[in-house]
Amino acid sequence: MISIWFFIGISLAFNGALILSAGIYQLVYPPANPGVVLFNLHAGVWWGATLLLVGLIYCFKFAPRRHS
Amino acid sequence: MTSQLATLVPTQLVHLSAVDIVIVVFYFVLVLSIGWYLKGRSNTGEDFFMAGREMTAWVAGLSFLSANLGALELMGWAGSAYQYGILATHWYWIGAIPAMLFLALVMMPFYYISKTHSVPGYLKLRFGEPSRALSAVSFAFMTVLMSGVNMFAMAKVMQIVLGWDINFSIWVSSLTVAIYVTLGGLRSAIFNEVLQFFLIWAGALLIPILGLYEAGGWTNLKARILLNLTEQHMANPGSYTHLWSTLGNFGDNPMGINWVGIVFGLGAIISMGYWTTDFLVVQRILAAKDIRSAEMAPIIGAGFKMFVPIIVILPGLIGLAVLPEKLVPESVAAVTGAHSYNDVLPLMLARYCGPGLLGLGVTALIAGFMSGMAGNVSAFTTVWTYDIYRPLFNSKASDHHYVNMGRWTTIIGVLISVGTAYLVMQFASIMDYVQALFSFFIAPLFGTVVLGMLWKRATSAGGFWGLLCGTITSIGMWTWVKLDPTALRYVALSPHAKGLAQDMFQALWSFIVCVIVTVTVSLATKPIPDGQLTGLVYGLTEIPSVGDVPLYQKPLFWAAVVTVVFFILNIIFW
Repeated sequence: MISIWFFIGISLAFNGALILSAGIYQLVYPPANPGVVLFNLHAGVWWGATLLLVGLIYCFKFAPRRHS
Repeated sequence: MTSQLATLVPTQLVHLSAVDIVIVVFYFVLVLSIGWYLKGRSNTGEDFFMAGREMTAWVAGLSFLSANLGALELMGWAGSAYQYGILATHWYWIGAIPAMLFLALVMMPFYYISKTHSVPGYLKLRFGEPSRALSAVSFAFMTVLMSGVNMFAMAKVMQIVLGWDINFSIWVSSLTVAIYVTLGGLRSAIFNEVLQFFLIWAGALLIPILGLYEAGGWTNLKARILLNLTEQHMANPGSYTHLWSTLGNFGDNPMGINWVGIVFGLGAIISMGYWTTDFLVVQRILAAKDIRSAEMAPIIGAGFKMFVPIIVILPGLIGLAVLPEKLVPESVAAVTGAHSYNDVLPLMLARYCGPGLLGLGVTALIAGFMSGMAGNVSAFTTVWTYDIYRPLFNSKASDHHYVNMGRWTTIIGVLISVGTAYLVMQFASIMDYVQALFSFFIAPLFGTVVLGMLWKRATSAGGFWGLLCGTITSIGMWTWVKLDPTALRYVALSPHAKGLAQDMFQALWSFIVCVIVTVTVSLATKPIPDGQLTGLVYGLTEIPSVGDVPLYQKPLFWAAVVTVVFFILNIIFW
């Protein structure tokens, strides 16, 4: 049986990858009007990277074959 | 909060980008995939209704916490933090932690040993069929109505925050929940609740991090709150950042409550009632794989519960410090078009979260709502099938028949919830009555269950009449204050008491009446023979050992750790 932690890993990794990508895009092409406070911190980049990293760790640690 | 939302004028707070929409859609795909994957693992009653009783302590514990951590809970308490300050934290600390530990160490062994499928099921074993019927019918009825009320409230939130059509929100979310719970039963609900737990933290944790950075740290945050509230001529501005020091008198804090109401009403009765007898949350623990997991699960839940204020209360406090506009009560917002207290979390989300992060935050809200609904529906399904349908209508059917009944009940439960949501759309005042009705049963039910577990002399008649009289007391007081608002001074023992104080003292009185009636009637009726109470009552039950495990794996050790942290936190924010 696939572990619930594997599903969580997929979710975090997928969301993290998307958020990181969007963050990097805005880092490279900064919008004229960011629309958010503290845009200069580029939260999308480091938060997306964190989620991606945690998600990949969960995916690897609880991968169906490895876990079973 | 929900009743107030019904009167809101729709104004869209945020706009989703393409990447945000992909994140939301991916969430729906994932939860349906989990339900589909688990459909082959819910063929027996134990699988469908009790998740096979094979959940680990972590899964059961996070699910236990998650079933309570709904979207309306998040938004409502963030709004309360903006309105009342740090006092709202009491609902997460003294209003939860002692009750969770009490459930783990005192009550869970009896629930677990009796192998009951539900809390009404325990009442059947301890007090007989009348108590079970009273508890089961009231719980099933109210749970499915509450689910509908929450469904409408969430659809309204989605309309306000995202501009989504109410019908779209209601049907997409309810059909998704119906599909994955019907397919995978309780196991599917639990898996998705654990997923929701992670999504909520991932989506909401960034707000306090960035908020504290903007405010300049905790000390500067408190100073800015004090400055802003003083400029707004708010009474007792210092009380917004202190937990206990302003609870000496009703008039010294914005909640209009005193320490007696918080400690005895909230901490000793309401939270005990909710966390130890509300089957919506207890069902998750009953699915644990062994007694140690069943005891550890609420302790794990308590450990995380202590830190939920970081993502709920702190955003409300940060809103008090950094938002340029002053938020207003719902009634004022409906007239003026200004943002209300309950908008504070979406406003903070929009303030700090750009593309992607916004989608994750919105997904967290949707996930919270759907898991709460799945929790309601799965608990309703179990109570209907095992505590109403089987004893009252068809006691000799096969296990397969009850599983099919569970699947159909899931679908019917969701449809009734949808019907309730549309009813609320037409008659908003129904919300007040449904929420009040639900609260009537919590405190007396706790009195009945805890006396049943700890006092062997409690009889069947005592349990039934205590539960009934406690409930009637609660209804009577609510009606009294509804008809004559000045009666609150008598219920809460102070002319300065406000609405929240009524809930606390109403619970306290109904619990006391329940206990007095149960004890009086029990002493006047014939005792139940000890032999019939084995496994159900303290003193007549051999509590099973958690096994020969190291200290760091013992529930008692972790309960002590949680207790120490609990006291430290309360002292720090005194």
